[in-house]
Amino acid sequence: MTTVSLDNTTAAAPVSRRRQIASALRQPAVAASVLILLLFVLAALFAPLLSPADPLAQNVLNGLKPPSGAHLFGTDKLGRELVSRILYGARISLLVGAAVVLISGILGTLLGVLAGYVGGWVDEALMRVTDIFFAFPALILAMAIAGALGPSLQNALIAISAVTWPVYARLLRGQVLALKEREFVLAARTVGVPEWRIILRHLLPNMLAPLLVQASFDMGGAITSVAGLSFIGFGAQPPTPEWGVMISEARTYMATAWWMATFPALSIMLVVGGFNLLGDGLRDLLDPRLRGR
Amino acid sequence: MIRFILRRIVGLVLVLVGVSVITFALSQLVPIDPVAAALGQNARNEQIEAYRKELGLDRPAVLQYFSYAARLLQGDLGKSIRTRRAVADDLRDFLPATIELSLAAMLVACVLGIALGILAAIRRNSWVDALARVFALVGGSLPIFFVGLLVLALFYSRLRWLPGPGRLDAVLTPPPRVTGMYTIDSLLAGNWPLLKNSLQHLVLPAVTLGYFSTAVLLRMTRSSMLEVLGQDYVRTAQAKGLRDRVVLLRHALKNAMIPVLTTIGIVFGSLLSGAVLTETIFGWPGLGRYATTSAVSLDLPAVMGVTLVAAVVYPVVNMLVDIGYHLLDPRIGIR
Repeated sequence: MTTVSLDNTTAAAPVSRRRQIASALRQPAVAASVLILLLFVLAALFAPLLSPADPLAQNVLNGLKPPSGAHLFGTDKLGRELVSRILYGARISLLVGAAVVLISGILGTLLGVLAGYVGGWVDEALMRVTDIFFAFPALILAMAIAGALGPSLQNALIAISAVTWPVYARLLRGQVLALKEREFVLAARTVGVPEWRIILRHLLPNMLAPLLVQASFDMGGAITSVAGLSFIGFGAQPPTPEWGVMISEARTYMATAWWMATFPALSIMLVVGGFNLLGDGLRDLLDPRLRGR
Repeated sequence: MIRFILRRIVGLVLVLVGVSVITFALSQLVPIDPVAAALGQNARNEQIEAYRKELGLDRPAVLQYFSYAARLLQGDLGKSIRTRRAVADDLRDFLPATIELSLAAMLVACVLGIALGILAAIRRNSWVDALARVFALVGGSLPIFFVGLLVLALFYSRLRWLPGPGRLDAVLTPPPRVTGMYTIDSLLAGNWPLLKNSLQHLVLPAVTLGYFSTAVLLRMTRSSMLEVLGQDYVRTAQAKGLRDRVVLLRHALKNAMIPVLTTIGIVFGSLLSGAVLTETIFGWPGLGRYATTSAVSLDLPAVMGVTLVAAVVYPVVNMLVDIGYHLLDPRIGIR
């Protein structure tokens, strides 16, 4: 969870923004990340069409087959097709990442805007609450929640959202504080635009860009966290084709069947790396001073 | 300075109160009865009631919180349902292993990350820089648990260069306990074979836990160095004819270290999540493994205890970093 703070958030003219996006896509790192992510999104969407076999179908006679023409990524000890499991795993990881970002993004935005806009003791109290949630290491809190509610993908998602939303609250609060004294907001207030409309029409559109950067980083972070939780048994449960579960199932086969852990690990690396690169690219776009870092 | 530290401590206390409320609230959510889980299915009703009374679980939640908080203040974290020992005692046994592992991991990360970061910055766009960039990218995205399994399979199972899981070979007895960290305790006892063995056992988990932080520190050091190297005072120092090494160490590095120090604080505070995974893989008897085994057996007092201790680490480290910040650059204001 990288926190970004940006001060140049004034909406640029649409034309120059389009040009900016085009120039960002010309950067090899950004282009590569968009390509990789697109590939995984397509894989997730068309998993049922692309899979050579049911991801849960066992065929013990075909167990632990190395990658070959017949089994692209090989098979696991129960003879399940790893390609299929990776493809369906993409669905789970991308959905879970998106869910965490949506839940924590919406909650954090609401509370952050409230804190920044209302100010005073509301602000003070909400910021202390974010301090408290910041203090918890994600995995430990997730385990505590799993310990209390039982281990499941859904509870892992709740736990990770619980430690992610404060990032958005802080980010949005800072943005609101920076924007709310600006002329265009004051002008809107002077002509009698209602507060909720100022927030929705004047503040939020100007804060979308840093929000997107943060969301990109958090997609990667959430996917890693969920995989980690599933790996130690507090997230998705076997036989779910989740990448962390798959690596956990491969633990005892590291020396004899390298492909079992390697392909899910590579998938995590590509998707998480893709979101990190995309985040970097978006940030450069917003703040050219940071380019090349 | 003192006022600043006092303010931070007050803030810390507020955070800790909040943390204790959350851990307590979590324990109230449990759908499964921890008492029934601890006593098993065959327990008679009277037994369950007696145990419930013994643990004080029959009173209203608010009262339970206040007695929980009062006990916390006395350093009493409750009694583990699984081990039947005081959680505080359990934590005292498990914490040093995690501290030892985290410090070793930070050492790896600081040495490798900062050295490679400096090298990448002064040899910008060279192969070192390219390698550093790839490492930073891979380090930030390859999951830590896979790295752990990989190094274990490679350096232990295949090559036999380093020992496998655990803090010592099974045949050895731990050194007499002083700090609870085997490396330091065997050093204090002057037991060299034991020191060697515990260091060997530390290498793989420390590298595993530290590699993510290495990547983060590398990135930060590189960009911070690049920024500083472009400053006027560095050019002035070079123009004065100072040797490169002096310019680099005296003028550039010290200023470049300020953001790096913040990053060190942040990564150190976030090591605990990684420690959970690393300890699971390497059978390392630390807080993370204690948390995992406790959570599996629904041992809530133990889980709450770990969560509480873990939540103290981050704000404390943060405060120390802020103070360190001021020492490094007195211009950075202390409110």
